[in-house]
Parts: sequence; C-alpha cells; structure tokens
Amino acid sequence: MLRYAFRRFASLCISLIVASAVIFFAIEVIPGDPARYMLGINAQEDTLAALREQLGLNVPTHQRYLNWITGMVQGDFGTSYTYRSPVADMIGERLWISLPLALYALTLSTLIAFPAGILAAARRGSALDAGVMGVTQLGVAVPNFWFAMLMVVLFAINLRWFSAGGFAGWEAGFFPAMKSLTLPAVALALPQASILARVMRSALIDTLGEDFIRTARAKGLTKRQAMWRHALRNALIPVLTIIGLQFSFLMAGAIIIEQVFFLPGIGRLVFQSITQRDLIVVESVVMLLVFAVIVVNFAVDLAYAWVDPRLRGAR
Amino acid sequence: MSEALLDIEATAQPALWRKALASRNLMIGAALTLFFAGMALLSFVWTPYSVTGVNIAAKLQTASAEHWLGTDHFGRDILSMIMVGARASIAVAIVAVGIGMGLGVPLGLAAAANRGGLLDEIIMRGNDLVFAFPSLVIAILITAIWGPGAVNAIIAIGIFNVPVFARLTRGAALSLWKREFILAARVAGKGAARISVEHILPNVANLLIVQGTIQFSLGILAEAALSYVGLGTQPPVPSWGRMLAESQTLIYTSPHLAVIPGLAIVLTVLGLNLMGDGLRDLFDPRIRKAR
Repeated sequence: MLRYAFRRFASLCISLIVASAVIFFAIEVIPGDPARYMLGINAQEDTLAALREQLGLNVPTHQRYLNWITGMVQGDFGTSYTYRSPVADMIGERLWISLPLALYALTLSTLIAFPAGILAAARRGSALDAGVMGVTQLGVAVPNFWFAMLMVVLFAINLRWFSAGGFAGWEAGFFPAMKSLTLPAVALALPQASILARVMRSALIDTLGEDFIRTARAKGLTKRQAMWRHALRNALIPVLTIIGLQFSFLMAGAIIIEQVFFLPGIGRLVFQSITQRDLIVVESVVMLLVFAVIVVNFAVDLAYAWVDPRLRGAR
Repeated sequence: MSEALLDIEATAQPALWRKALASRNLMIGAALTLFFAGMALLSFVWTPYSVTGVNIAAKLQTASAEHWLGTDHFGRDILSMIMVGARASIAVAIVAVGIGMGLGVPLGLAAAANRGGLLDEIIMRGNDLVFAFPSLVIAILITAIWGPGAVNAIIAIGIFNVPVFARLTRGAALSLWKREFILAARVAGKGAARISVEHILPNVANLLIVQGTIQFSLGILAEAALSYVGLGTQPPVPSWGRMLAESQTLIYTSPHLAVIPGLAIVLTVLGLNLMGDGLRDLFDPRIRKAR
C-alpha cells in the first residue's frame, strides 16, 4: 500500500508540475507581452515599464515560472492588477462561498441518489424503478443553470421562500448563509444526483448477480439482508469513483450557478477578471481549480486502493 | 472466413433494423434529434422572421398566431431564434465530438497497440492531465487570451472529449488484442497499425457511435452553459444559452423567454440520450439483459 501511495504521489507531483506549466504558458507566454495585453494598445511606455516591473516580467521566462511556483507554494499568488490586493486573499474570501456550495451540493446529491438508486435496484422492474429511471433520465438532460432559473421563479418569486439571489454572508450566521446557498446547491445537485442514482442502481444490480450473493442467500440470508450486508458495500466502489469525478464538475458547475444567483464566489471573480484582463487572477483561479481536481482524484485513487487491495498492482 | 462473416452480416442486417424499429427509446430519441436537426437545417433556408430584425413595437409578446412562441425584449421572433440557435448548439457539439474522436481514437488505438510500453504510458498520463481541465476551465483559459467566441466553445469541449474517446478506444482495443482473429492477422504478417485500422477499429465502431451520441448531448449542454456565461457564441448570432442569459432579468415579467430555450435544450439532450441508450441496447443485447 505504501509503495502504491508513493508511486501515485510521484505521479501527482508530475501532473501538478505539467499542469502549472501549461497554464503558465497559456496565460503568460502566448499573449506575448502580458503587460501590454493587460493595459491595452494605448498604454504609455512608462506605465508599461512600471507594470512589467511590478509583475516581475523583466526576468527570463523560466525564472518567472519558478518564481510563480515558489510563490504559490508559499501562499503568495501575486497581486491583482485591477484590485491592487493580494490574489490569495481575494480567492480565499470567495472560496468561502464556492467551496461550501460545492460541498453542500455534493451532500445533497449523495443524500438523494443513494436511496433512489438502492430502491430502484431493490425493486427492479417495478413502477418505482421505472419512475426513478424516468426522473433521472430527465435530470441528466436538464441544464443546471436553467433548473436554477425555474426554481427562482417558483421558490423566490412566487412562493417567496428564498431570496432570488445574493449571499447573506457567514457573519449573518450559519443558517441564513446556508439558506442563501440552498437553491444554488439544489440546482447544482440535480444532474449529479441523477447520474449517481443511475450508477448506484446499475452497480447494485451487477453486484446482486454475483456468486457471493447467491452464497449468502443460500446460507439463509433474506434478500434484504444480503443486499445491506454484502451487496451495498461492494457496489460502493464504482459509486465512490463517480463521486470523486463529480467534484470537478461541481466546482465548474458552481462557477456557472453563481452567475444565476449573483453569488460573489470564484465564478464572479474569474469572469470579472477576464473582462478586466486581470491575467494574474485568472491564472491563479484556473491553477486552483485544476489543483483541486488533481488532488481529489489522487485521494479517490488512494481510497480506492485502500478499499480494494487488488487495485494496488493494477497501474 | 471473411465470406462466412459476410454471410452472417447479410442475415443479421434486416433483423437489426427490425429491432431498431421496435426499440421505443431509439425511436423517440431519433425522432426528437431529427426534429431539432431538421429545424436547424431548415433555418438555413427559411425562418418565420429575421433573427436580427428588431421590432420594438412587438416586444415581449406571448404565443400568438403571428409569433408561435412569442417575441423577446427586442421584438424578435422566438421560434426563429430557437431554429437558428439549434444551428449553433448542434454545430458546436458535432465539431467537438469530431475533434474528440479524430484525436482520441487514434491515440487510444496507438496506446493499445503499444500496451505496456512507453507510448502507452505517455498517452494515458496525458489523458489524465487533460481530464484535470474541465471544459469550463479550458474555455476560461482560451477566453482570457483570445476573447470569447463560438470557436472557444468548440475547442474547449473538443479537448475535453479527447481523453474520453482515447480511454474508451484503448480499453475496448486491449481486450480485442487478445482475441484469436487478431492473432491470426499477426501471423498473416500484418503490422500493428494495419491491424488497428482493419480489425480493431471496425470492432470498436459500435461503442464509439454510442459514446459519440452521449458526448454529443454533453456537448449541447456544455455549449449552452458556456454561452450562458458569455464564453461561447457571441451576439448577434442567437444561441440557446445566451437566450437564457438574456431572459434572466425579464424572468419576472416574461417567464416564457426562459422556459422555451430551456425546453429546447432539454428535449434535444433527452433525444440524444434516449438514442444513445437505444443504440447501446441494439448493438450489445447482453447489456439489455443485465439491466
């Protein structure tokens, strides 16, 4: 296990280095002179020189990349050109909305998908199964931001249960803050829950057909006992993988859903930065998102190998 | 041997068609997909009104005999915009699937032919790396450098499709490389590249068609999301995602502006997904039995 973990860790480090190089190259090398790009074509020569100095553009490219990487490792993401404040602080502030939103959605999606998938598998072929499959088929086809808009019309405008957008802020207390994240989280969770319920159902049906379930039944276990004690645990392995993969979609989805609800999260930050040509912020946010995906997948791989020892030698 | 195979195919073909016609999923899915594809094609030669024609006097109307689906805040006919919008959605998704298949399938075949080798390792690790960049992140990167546009959406979704097809192709090809008929081809002196093209590819084609349908529907959803946040198709070209973005401030007074483009997306994606399910059952009856 330790050897496997070490190998995976080495590959994690390589992935992070290559990903950071790709992002650095795309943002800082392809546009030519980032300072000129950020200031536009009418920029004065002395302003440009000042910005180049401030951004540390006067050193060779590879040195800039190394400076960027070492800065990030130490928590220094540079200074935003438009806001004149440290990028790390700006991201940190907004992460307190985007990350809880993604986790809230992940929790909701799991809470919806598990019972739905288990029930559908247990009563395979019944009207309930058909219902779950029908609803999830629709759930996969609905764009989450559109579902969010429909929920705003119903729950915010007509029923007035929730506000149509904005964030109460964590200073207002846990529950008011969570309340303003509820509609966004539900919208984000719907397609993910649909996918997860389908995976849960088919994994469980596959497992229920295995020999060890027949043995368990032959030992005298009821169908329900065999399912809860043996099938569920084994069916969880593919389900966990999907949950891990979904995390990246949830982070990306959160960026889009934030636009529907006017939430001041990472999404707002990155779109504002794009229009203001604040490359430092865009670069840092993109790196952060990619970092999150790579690290979560690493964690899932480790959890996977821990649950199922056969997988340790597989790669 | 090849003659015998041909015989089997010749007898299997009509049965496949009959099964296709009997598959409810496939028929409903194909009907929905053809409907929207037909609308997109029709929009090249005819739309009820011009999509750039602004008519403020007729703004924000609900469905009527003149405007079947109503008008937007500029008085533009929504049906016409949906028809032209279908064009953008379908075109972006098709090209993105094309990029994914065009690059992913050869990479997957090469990795499988080189299984266990350095090339295989490089391709698979490269795949993992691309997987770490969701379409939205790629679109953000491209837009930050070159500005927004439909081409960004195509590239972003296309790049994300590459590892999907590469992995699928490699996985399916790996099991084929162990089969006797491939061994026979090797004994006959065929090289890895020729075997990949002549024997492996035809045998994974069904799988690729099914996955292509799924990626097509995901592409439609992704294009809508990118256009919605302003990274995809740009004005004045109508697109479903941007119609939704424009409707957002008017949703209180004119909810139909938000409902109609959304329904168009849902029905198209649903159609493609049902078609994908139907095709999978059709090509691989074992899966149907197992479900």
